[in-house]
Amino acid sequence: MKILVLVKQVPDTATKIRLNPGDAAIQTDGIKWVINPYDEFAIEEGLRLKEKHGGEVVVVSMGPARVEEAIRQALAMGADRAVHIVKDAVGDSQVAARALARVCQDEGYDLIVTGKQAVDDDQAQVGPLVAVELRLPQVTVVLKLEVDPDARKIRAERELEGASEIVELPMPAVVTAQRGLNEPRYPTLPNIMKAKKKEVKSVPLESLGIDTEPWVVVEELTLPPERPAARILTGEPEEAARELARLLHEEAKVI
Amino acid sequence: MAEGILVVTNQEEGRVRRVAYEMLAVAQELAPGKVTALTFGPGAEQTREGLGRYGADQVVALNGPAYAAYSSDGFADAVAKATESLDVEALFFPANAWGKDLAPRVAGLLKAGLASDCTDMFRRDDGRLGAVRPVYAGKAFARVAIQSPRQVFSLRPNIQPIKETGRAGTAWDFDPGLDAASFKAVVTEVLTSQGGQLELTEADIIVSGGRGVKAPENFKVLEDLADALGAALGSSRPVADEGWVPHSYHIGQTGKVVSPTVYFAVGISGAIQHLAGISGSKYIVAINSDADAPIFKAANYGVVGDLFKVVPALAQEIRAIKKDA
Ligand SMILES: Cc1cc2nc3c(=O)[nH]c(=O)nc-3n(C[C@H](O)[C@H](O)[C@H](O)COP(=O)(O)OP(=O)(O)OC[C@H]3O[C@@H](n4cnc5c(N)ncnc54)[C@H](O)[C@@H]3O)c2cc1C
Ligand SMILES: Nc1ncnc2c1ncn2[C@@H]1O[C@H](COP(=O)(O)O)[C@@H](O)[C@H]1O
Repeated sequence: MKILVLVKQVPDTATKIRLNPGDAAIQTDGIKWVINPYDEFAIEEGLRLKEKHGGEVVVVSMGPARVEEAIRQALAMGADRAVHIVKDAVGDSQVAARALARVCQDEGYDLIVTGKQAVDDDQAQVGPLVAVELRLPQVTVVLKLEVDPDARKIRAERELEGASEIVELPMPAVVTAQRGLNEPRYPTLPNIMKAKKKEVKSVPLESLGIDTEPWVVVEELTLPPERPAARILTGEPEEAARELARLLHEEAKVI
Repeated sequence: MAEGILVVTNQEEGRVRRVAYEMLAVAQELAPGKVTALTFGPGAEQTREGLGRYGADQVVALNGPAYAAYSSDGFADAVAKATESLDVEALFFPANAWGKDLAPRVAGLLKAGLASDCTDMFRRDDGRLGAVRPVYAGKAFARVAIQSPRQVFSLRPNIQPIKETGRAGTAWDFDPGLDAASFKAVVTEVLTSQGGQLELTEADIIVSGGRGVKAPENFKVLEDLADALGAALGSSRPVADEGWVPHSYHIGQTGKVVSPTVYFAVGISGAIQHLAGISGSKYIVAINSDADAPIFKAANYGVVGDLFKVVPALAQEIRAIKKDA
């Protein structure tokens, strides 16, 4: 089975967002970059499928030079090799999907796994867009995955609001990973060493011959409005509880 | 020029979620042209009256056998065909599990830009639609423009007011002419879980517990407060990771992003990843024994105290207020 995993590098979730008025992008100095948390589940699932059914796991990632660090980490988890689409300019989800789909097309695949959402732009659309580009079926926000490579069939459980549903689909397909799918492994020291020697093919975005004009453009970023200083109640629990209930009822008028 | 908005919505057993009416209210405000609602499946016909009352000029109910079970590729093809036939300016989808699966697929087919999970929509000076959407799980907000001829948006549930207008909701007979045999990914079973737990992303009040609750059985204390308030239960991530509560309770940057009227953070320290998921709450109430916990900086109201004493007392007070009301 040939499994392609799409991996995005994003700011660590502990990052405090800093902006200047009029900014259309966050300030990136001092930011720690990590693999998108949902993409770790995607990598882990790819590795488990390979361990079970044999084959190859190839990581595809688009971004500037710094992305190589995320790629090496995915290789240290156990992926076999990687393709780095080198891109510095801002784009949008469709540009990313077109570029990633082109590389997937050139690589060939039985399965493409992505995260359910990138925790920077929160668009949750690159997986399905890649699927449309490649005319593949999709299943998103997956909690459980069963793949039958001989029958070329997939059975997946995906999360709904307060429920879940079973989706059946043929292979090849695009699957997007949700938390709960698995527990991602940590790279071991020997595997970190091995990862340094694994192949990372570098492909400039411009060489792919795709339209790189973004359709969705961020015009301005703002920070959420500050909350007024809190009313803090101390003292006896019963007193504080009574006062809190009163404030919620009479001042905020929410109960 | 293309005009009007197509509001695409899911229905279950003849009922739509509130977000359908929220989308219609926004569409009426923004559309110079017709507002058309599209629903799928058995029961779709029963949604016509409500969709009309809340702002649809016309309703397309795709209730043929092909649409009995959800298929992302099949339904996306149907929406794309309807869009071409209607020639609308924009499409709205709910930013829930259903809409987030379908909207990007439709956007891909239509070669249109999609802005996901929008919290505000407006008409721009250039006459096109614009939107505001949270990024970094709500640590920032992006004002976005979509420059493709057609524009696709998904709207976050529970944000917009709904409005009764009593539009005609006339039936528009439309058959995309698709054969279910060509649908590839098909839902074969729906598994309901957690006996009637209110959905966090749609909840008006949330009572959420963290590591301060100390043990799974102690969640009973929070359940009782939630019961008094008519609230949904949520949690911080470690508590869900420990298995004290189901994964679906987990709120924050890597869990659910919620926007209730009131969010009670009980025994939650207020890590940046947790705060990201709750910044859309109208009021945040913190109950924590540590006066220096960062959650108090994010809160509107706070009680410094032992949750095992404060929460039961609060539940009692709330019940007393409700009884008087
Ligand atoms: C990549 C990544 C993603 C993450 N994503 C998320 C996310 O989406 N959501 C999330 O929540 N976390 C997330 N985290 C974890 C986050 O960093 C914090 O570790 C977590 O939110 C802390 O959970 P907590 O507040 O329940 O526990 P703690 O930080 O341990 O806080 C417990 C609190 O309970 C209080 N307390 C103790 N006893 C009592 C008592 N008797 N009465 C009252 N108060 C009491 C304490 O004072 C303390 O403030 C993420 C972390 C990483 C690395
Ligand atoms: N630049 C990128 N390089 C590789 N994969 C990406 C990139 N952008 C998005 N993805 C994949 O698509 C998923 C969803 O991203 P998004 O649509 O941006 O929320 C991510 O979890 C990744 O798996």
